[in-house]
Order: sequence, then C-alpha cells, then structure tokens
Amino acid sequence: MLKTIFRKPESLKDRPTHYCPGCGHGIVHRIIAEVIDDMGARERVLSVAPVGCAVFAYDYFNFDCMEAPHGRTPAVATGLKRVRPDHLVFSYQGDGDLAAIGTAEIIHCANRGENISVIFVNNGIYGMTGGQLAPTTLIQQYSTTTIQGRDPKTAGYPLKITEMLAITPGSVFLARASVHTPKEIRLTKKYIRKSFEIQDKKLGFSLVEILSPCPVNWRLSPVASLKRIEEVVSKEYPLGVIKDIS
Amino acid sequence: MKYVTKLLKGNEAIGEGAILAGCRYYFGYPITPQNEIPEYMSRNLPAVGGTFVQSESELAAINLVMGAAAAGGRAMTSSSSPGVSLMQEGISYMAGMEVPAVVVNVVRGGPGLGGIGPAQSDYFQATKGGGHGDYFTLCLAPSTAQEMLDLTILAFDIADRYRCVTIILADGLLGQMAESVEVPLDYKPREYKKDWIMDGCKGRPPRIVRSLFLDPAELEKHNFHLSEKYREICKKEVRFERFKTRDADIVLVAYGTSARICKAVVEMARADGLKLGLLRPVTLYPFPEKEIRKTAERAKALLVVELSMGQMVQDVKRAVGDACPVLFKGRTGGMVFTPEEVYQSVKKIKIKDEG
Repeated sequence: MLKTIFRKPESLKDRPTHYCPGCGHGIVHRIIAEVIDDMGARERVLSVAPVGCAVFAYDYFNFDCMEAPHGRTPAVATGLKRVRPDHLVFSYQGDGDLAAIGTAEIIHCANRGENISVIFVNNGIYGMTGGQLAPTTLIQQYSTTTIQGRDPKTAGYPLKITEMLAITPGSVFLARASVHTPKEIRLTKKYIRKSFEIQDKKLGFSLVEILSPCPVNWRLSPVASLKRIEEVVSKEYPLGVIKDIS
Repeated sequence: MKYVTKLLKGNEAIGEGAILAGCRYYFGYPITPQNEIPEYMSRNLPAVGGTFVQSESELAAINLVMGAAAAGGRAMTSSSSPGVSLMQEGISYMAGMEVPAVVVNVVRGGPGLGGIGPAQSDYFQATKGGGHGDYFTLCLAPSTAQEMLDLTILAFDIADRYRCVTIILADGLLGQMAESVEVPLDYKPREYKKDWIMDGCKGRPPRIVRSLFLDPAELEKHNFHLSEKYREICKKEVRFERFKTRDADIVLVAYGTSARICKAVVEMARADGLKLGLLRPVTLYPFPEKEIRKTAERAKALLVVELSMGQMVQDVKRAVGDACPVLFKGRTGGMVFTPEEVYQSVKKIKIKDEG
C-alpha cells in the first residue's frame, strides 16, 4: 500500500509563489498552515496580512484574511478578536511593520493582553521596497539607505522589540525562532502551535519572532543567507523562549 | 414608537444614539471637546454586552474600528479635528475595503493644534474624501442635541447599507451644550446581510478584505464600482431643511451651529419685515446642490454663513453658478458670530431691484 506522507496543507491554496528565491516567508506560511490543519482550526481562522512582502499572504492562505494599514496590524487583529472571541486570530507582520511604523500598536496590544497571536517575521531589511534600513538591521549591515553600513551614530541600533514586549504584564508567551535549519523550522512550528493553543485557552497575548532570510536584499546566495542567520543574525537576536508564563 | 425625554449634552446624545443604533464596539482616544462620547460609551456599552477600548492613539482607534467592523460588528470612533486627521489613513483603507463604520468629528478650530472652540473648518476634509484616493465619506451635520442622536442612528444605517464610512460633523458647541432630547425607547436597528465579513470560512470559500489592487485595470474597475456607489448615495441620500425660504429675497445657507444662529437671524429679519430665509444642508456629502440651485433661481442673493474662512461657500457657488450673487460671512478659530452680527451682514446686502 502506498501512503501519502507529504502533501500541501488544506490551509494553503495551490498557486505559484511571488516570493523571491530563498525567501523565508514560504516556509513560515507553510508551517502556519500545517499547525492550523493539525488543530482543525481552518474554518475559524481570521488572519491579518501586513504591508510589506507578506501583504499577499491571502493569496496563499486558504482561510479568511484581511489587510491592515502599515503597522496597524495588531489593532485590526484586536478589533476582529473583540468581535469574535472564539475565532483563532493572528496577525502576520514583518520587522518594518511591527518594529518601526507599528511600534505603538504592538506594545499596547501586548500590554492590554489582547488574546491574539502575532507571527513576526524578522529579516532585518525592507524587502518589498528594495532593501532599505529596518529598525532590526544589524550594525555595519548594508542597506540602500545606509550604503556604508548601518552606523549607530546616525542610524541607531538594532531594535530587540520582542525583549521589550517581555516587560509588559499582558504578554504570556514570547519566543524567537528561525527557519535556517530543519531543526529550527520544527521548533518554529512548535512555538506557533503553542501560541495558537494559548489563544484558544484565552490566556492572553503571544508572539513568535522568526528570523528569516532575504537573499536578494542581503545580496547573498540562499545558502549563504542561511549561514548568515546561524553565524551572525542569531548572535544579535538569540533564539529561544524569551518569556513564558502560560 | 415610545419616547422618553432626557436632558443630554450633544456628545452624550451621540453616545445614546449609537447604542440605540446597535453599535457595540467603540474605540477612541481622549481629545477635547468630545470626551463625553468615550466617557459615555465606557460607562454604557458594557451593560449592553458591548466593548469599549481606550486606544493608544487615534491611529489605533480607527484600525480597531476597522477590525471590528470587518468582523461584522457595528463599530464607531469619535474624535476632534487633529485626531480625525490622524484617522484619515484608516478611513481611506475602509473606503477601499468597503468596511462600514461611523466616525464622529466634534470639530475644533485649526489648523494644527488650533484651539478647542467650536469651528466648521474641517468641511473640506469631511466632504471631499479626507484621505488619499478616489473616495467620499457620507457626511451628516446635526444642529441640535436631538439631531446628534437622530443622525447618529441614521449614520449607522447608512454606513451598513452602502458599506461606507459615515462622518458626523458636529462642533464643540453642539457637543458641549445640553438640550432636551426625545429618546426612542423601542427602536430596532435594521440588520443588513453581510456576506463579505470575516467570520471564518466554514462551508464557504475564504474571504479577503482588502484595498490593494496592484493591477491598474483591476484598481480602476474597483474605483468605477465605488464611484457608482457614491452616485447612488448622491441620488438617494440628500437631506436638508428649508426655513422660510418660500418667499425669501435673501436666503442664508448654513449648517450645524451656524444654522442655529441663522434661524434666530431669520426671525429677527422677519420681525422687521425683511424677507429672509434659511436653507440648512443636513447632508454635506451628498450636498443638496439641486435645492440650492432652485433656491438661487428664486432668490436675489444667498449669504453663506460658516465658522470657517469659507469652505462650504465653494460648493454653494458651484451649485448656484450665475443664478444669483453668493456672499460669505465667516468667523473662525473658535469665535462664534452673534445673531445681530449676522443680521448686520444681511442688512448690508444691496439687492438690485429688477422692477
């Protein structure tokens, strides 16, 4: 007997990707879809896509999805959840959306202990607009608006926003994962599952930050990008559970 | 319908009307002169199973409204001029997404931080779109505490019917002044079928609520669709009040607080034997263009009276064309004209006698 051991999750639509070669968003989309399938939650998911590369998340996610203005994603997700408290609500945000323009929204969403999940994809750069400085860009890292590398004297420092959120009493579970190795991908999936389960138990705010490669704007090959996460990025942004009071 | 008479501030009447209209989600940020609205909602929404959140900013407030309304809830926010400017991004998105909501602007003097006195200087913003893109917000202009309640109820109905953002354009005077209000006791808001909301894809294909259309042809088609909707609104939703215009030689055109004052001016003039009338737009978008044109064809002059340096007067001039002269009387910055002051301006108008 032949047995299917690998298939497209029901929570993903069948269509070609618009993401660049070596981009991490596709992996993150897939593991979210797998978790939702595993939980049998697809028909009660309400998701919010950000402004940035992942605005087209709804082209791939096979469940209800809406857009939000840039950075306002947690506020929109909160509005959804307040009306439909038994649905599974998550926002999907990049580092420009969450850690720059949406800083106020994410902090106050966490501080109110809003019972939603946030998937925060951190690739340290503005991808969709062509590689400008992000709040998460590393010191000395090239971007199209810091062509000599990020100089903290004029461009500030990499922002560890997940650590900042940890001091808010409303945040229940905060973790940083990565998609640069199969082991880390499995761990990312575990954290996402935990975040969704915390929400279903109505325990409060949770967020999973995911370090993700952007080979095109990092000007590296896909393989070298994964290596960079291992050797450089994860040193600045250490992996693991940052807070868990669930 | 049974009514109970209550003494309410205009702002409280808005809160009362919103809850009667089935609004169960309020999100807002404090700003003078509208603080009685969030205060009222924070005290009264929980009792009807509603949700009140004091947001971290007006930006968050409008986006909380967006999420709640996209999930199918009747949602609103309120603010005053600078706060409403911050909300324009969200209002534009909601226009694009066709997510309905009610936004109250208890206008204060501007520009910038301006002042906290009553003003009508946000007319352009409220009636010409306000944010970026090809869209309009329906705009209702109450002139009494009673209308603060009645038009708020209407605003929710219109918003759901057309899937549009409806603006209540009041001002600091209307918000703060208390008047007796007839409050309906057994009002049942009309429910609209919402086959577009985010409520989970059980037994149906997934839904997408969006305003992004990267294909120009697709975006143009979407704008044609929105434009068609605005045309329908302009055809069906024009509201206005005529006050002694039938035989009037001179007709005042004013809304909101200015219209209240102008009513007193009409009475003063009539007592002196002067044929003065008032045309009061209740909807500022859609604008009662035809009515104003008709009035201009009969009258010898129109005097537009506004608490601004001249905003609605542009729409009046556009409607009137060359039918009769259009004059303007304005105060701004929170200064309010007395009836005598407006009457003096009326008396200065020189009418060409055609006889």
